[in-house]
Amino acid sequence: MTLDLILFLVLALVAIATALGMLISRNAVYSALFLVLNFVTVAVFYLLLGAPFIAMAQITVYAGAIMVLFLFVIMLLGAEKLAPAQVLPWQRPLAAALAFILVAEATYLLVTRARPTGDVLPPSEAVNTMDNIRQLGIELFNQYLLPFEVTSILLLVAMVGAIVLTNRQKRERK
Amino acid sequence: MIPVEYYIILSAILFAIGVLGVLIRRNALIIFMSIELMLNAANLAIVAFSSVIQSFSGQIFVFFVIAVAAAEVAVGLALIVEIFKSKQSIDVDQISGLKG
Repeated sequence: MTLDLILFLVLALVAIATALGMLISRNAVYSALFLVLNFVTVAVFYLLLGAPFIAMAQITVYAGAIMVLFLFVIMLLGAEKLAPAQVLPWQRPLAAALAFILVAEATYLLVTRARPTGDVLPPSEAVNTMDNIRQLGIELFNQYLLPFEVTSILLLVAMVGAIVLTNRQKRERK
Repeated sequence: MIPVEYYIILSAILFAIGVLGVLIRRNALIIFMSIELMLNAANLAIVAFSSVIQSFSGQIFVFFVIAVAAAEVAVGLALIVEIFKSKQSIDVDQISGLKG
């Protein structure tokens, strides 16, 4: 058992445990904090896979910006806990069974049918150096320049949309 | 050396936990977080494959997915705030205005 494999298994355990913690927590704030830990774990996976730029983008955008926005909205609405309501008794077992079937089928199809061959290279041999981040930038700004610009317009539209949505009351009052 | 299958299985498990969250939780914010978890699981699979074929395209694709997720969160949370303002609740069972 190599060090890489031990690292992978421990991190996978943390990732699955935090995802389940997000699912099970009664309090939405705890859910959000579990999800932050899950995102950081996935960022470490990206480092193991030799994608340092994506790992840092993951931490700054997901664990930083997106989850702070989530926590802000949870606390703004005061919606940490919902009042207990009647739940369908068969819903949870059925959902769990369906999710298990989903895992089994996805794993079967992806592993046996798609046959991804080859091992993931260790970070030292993979594209994990500064020189390769430069190549990533060159490819991003040459081959993928148009999608990059379209993304900036999408972000602008989303920003305007969010402002318009939350600002409606104030505009109607005028 | 880690076989890429391990990453795919982990990704499938995380995706299924996200699906479970959407199915069994009633808090709209937690359903939204589960959707983020599913996006992350898909990203993990893409980066794993990209690492196997030694190509940058997968990483660039994941970069775009992260940007789109940020836009989605901004609009989605604004919608949830609006729903809370009109319903005083973010329980998805309460959002049944279209039911006849």
